[in-house]
Amino acid sequence: MILELLELLFNAGFWAATIRIACPLLMATLGELICERAGVLNLGIEGIMTIGALVGWTTVYLGGDLSTGILVAALVGASFGLLHALFSVYLGASQHVTGIGITLFASSIGYYSFRILLPSSTTPPKIVAFQTIEIPVLSDIPFLGIALFQHTTFTYFAFLMVPIVFWLMNKTPLGLAIKVAGENPMALEAQGLDVLFIRTIALMIGSALMALGGAYLTMSAFDAFYFGMVNGRGWIAIALVIFASWQPFRALLGAILFAAFDAFQVRAQQLAGAFIAYQFFLMLPYILSIVAMIFAAKSTHYPRALLIPFRRGERH
Amino acid sequence: MKALLNVENISKSFGKLNANKNITFNVATGEILAILGENGAGKTTLMNIIFGHYLADKGTIKFNNNELKPGDPKAAISAGIGMVHQHFTLAENLTVLENTLVGTQSLYHPNLTKRKSIDKLNYLAREFGLELDPKQLVRNLSVGEKQRIEILKTLFSDCKLLILDEPTASLTPQEVTTLFTSIRKMVTNGVSVIIISHKLNEILEISDRIVVLRSGAVVGEVKTKNADKTQLGEMIVGHKINRPNRGKNVIGETKIKLCSISVKSDNGTSILDKVTLEARGGEIIGIAGVAGNGQKVLAETMSGHVTPAFGTIYINGKNLTGKYPEDFMRSGVAYIPEDRNLDGTIGDMSIWENVILSETKNTKIFQKNGILNRINSHNLAHAVCQNNDVRYQSIQQPARLLSGGNIQKLLIGRWLIRKPNVIIACQPSRGLDEGAISTVHKTLLSERKKSTAIILISEDLDELLLLSDKILVLYNGKLSETIENRNVNINQLGLKMAGEGF
Repeated sequence: MILELLELLFNAGFWAATIRIACPLLMATLGELICERAGVLNLGIEGIMTIGALVGWTTVYLGGDLSTGILVAALVGASFGLLHALFSVYLGASQHVTGIGITLFASSIGYYSFRILLPSSTTPPKIVAFQTIEIPVLSDIPFLGIALFQHTTFTYFAFLMVPIVFWLMNKTPLGLAIKVAGENPMALEAQGLDVLFIRTIALMIGSALMALGGAYLTMSAFDAFYFGMVNGRGWIAIALVIFASWQPFRALLGAILFAAFDAFQVRAQQLAGAFIAYQFFLMLPYILSIVAMIFAAKSTHYPRALLIPFRRGERH
Repeated sequence: MKALLNVENISKSFGKLNANKNITFNVATGEILAILGENGAGKTTLMNIIFGHYLADKGTIKFNNNELKPGDPKAAISAGIGMVHQHFTLAENLTVLENTLVGTQSLYHPNLTKRKSIDKLNYLAREFGLELDPKQLVRNLSVGEKQRIEILKTLFSDCKLLILDEPTASLTPQEVTTLFTSIRKMVTNGVSVIIISHKLNEILEISDRIVVLRSGAVVGEVKTKNADKTQLGEMIVGHKINRPNRGKNVIGETKIKLCSISVKSDNGTSILDKVTLEARGGEIIGIAGVAGNGQKVLAETMSGHVTPAFGTIYINGKNLTGKYPEDFMRSGVAYIPEDRNLDGTIGDMSIWENVILSETKNTKIFQKNGILNRINSHNLAHAVCQNNDVRYQSIQQPARLLSGGNIQKLLIGRWLIRKPNVIIACQPSRGLDEGAISTVHKTLLSERKKSTAIILISEDLDELLLLSDKILVLYNGKLSETIENRNVNINQLGLKMAGEGF
């Protein structure tokens, strides 16, 4: 049995599944990373992913094309980011309370709208989602071809986000301003920039990415919207940001690692389910991510001003 | 000379406190203007108004004869004003270059122009004697180097008026000299400077003209070359300054004794090396030395916050090695920490809450069944404030709104209610103004009269010579032999502080 499990690691299908499972986590983690780098913990992530999954799917279901669906999901995500900013940045409310509030609000309004749209359906209808695109030449490479180059456009898009976010954070004036907002907002103000504005922008970009992570579920993975389909992925993303030490490429590593454990546990259930309770396997990715975090997370990388609201003109 | 900056009738209040009252002054091109005043005189508030962090209630600011848009740092920066804040405004996890670049380019630009900026930064650093590696992470830099970044930041944005808020507060004497050289270079390059300080000697050395603030108002203005030190000192405080007299002391029995204490850091290097020290009642033992030679750890060892690797500590004859700070407190040790904002008080909690922090065993305050007696707590807080000259508006106000001097007086007052018999005072007057320093000194001397043993750790030689009966020098974790105050030779002490004879 051990041998059979080890064989998995050399199975291209297993890695292709890992890549698919990693996508929503990856986009959500990158989104959370941008928010936290600006000094705002966005606990609205779980709800924003849910609403992103719903609006992306609905747009296509109602006749929009797939790219419009992505655009709508991103815009709706950004507007929830703006709502978060209104409370946590401009009014200086607790980021925890605001975030949990956004999550409850966004997922509830999502489920409610879904019920209004489809009052009587029992099996959720499917849309024609993103199709697999085999990249010419590359997809013919043995093993790697199946694992990496036979995916949907949305999958490639998700992975493209890694270098884009890296570029944003490390090579642009906006990214630099976002990082300073999360380290020492006073430094930003002393250089003549508006801390509240920068934090709002970061929240909007980050939340848009989270919504795309949610939309991936309905537009590329399951092709339909289910209740509770985000299923804690948002919370995992928050842990992955710490695992990643707030670095985009390490977020990629973390998302793939977690996804691999997840893909592994599904197959392990099939192989060993007879003598080990399946709940044990369900638990595995979470335990392993805790262990990984213990070794990977270093407190020195923590954005120093995370969770601290900034108020202008106050005596410090 | 032509006025570069005109400040006219600026007023600003925070609640009941009038921080600035009708302040008017100007700065000429190429001038170094010093703004002198005690902590809480309103100097920083005034600068924050000029730079646009705060909105003034009344008054105007003109730069180059154009009115400056109030409450907007961006307007101040683009007009050519640069400010170095007392508490550095740096992002610790980013590099020197990144800290300099932020805000200098349009946010919508797709690319940071790093290479050109490195060249400009290196050029400025060479030109003004502010050498720094642009790629270094800020958190790895010393205080002096961090200040250089702050100055470079303003030069990078082509500033014509540089505001320095207490620039020498945490610098070593050598770093102060370097800073002043850089300031002079900037002035020859056409930059005007406003320097805020409460250190008279430094102001007299660097400035052209002095404006004195007291309780938020301008009380005097003099040309530095005509200034008189004593007169200025009195202008700052508003009355004559009396230096306390040590007087005779009655030596009691040994209250604190350290036998061959060694402390090691996490990576195994030695912080304290076989330190042996003894203080008797009625004695002030001064520990001299440049900061960073183990002072903080020595103080923390004596107050039980650090457990030594080797050696024993006796308080009132009792062996307390390895015991908790609470045991030290109960044996009568009072610890005035170096960083009063971080280790001494909780800034966001009210004054009265800070007062009762160390009174958890006081049954008048923490009563049976876990009930807090507010009336007794408030009374205690009022008493501590009044007995120790803490100036406050309400005991409900957060402690962080108090000035440094008042926080220190509150902290000392909190210890005095416990009637300590050993006081560990670590840099007790650092960053305080004349008035507060004199109160702290008087308190220490009156405790000495009550036969308390006092360990005074200080970088300020004047303070040590004024107060201590005996002086030892701490260098690289080792203590020198004991020198009686009357036998002290300043030059010898200086050489010891630089490490000679260790």
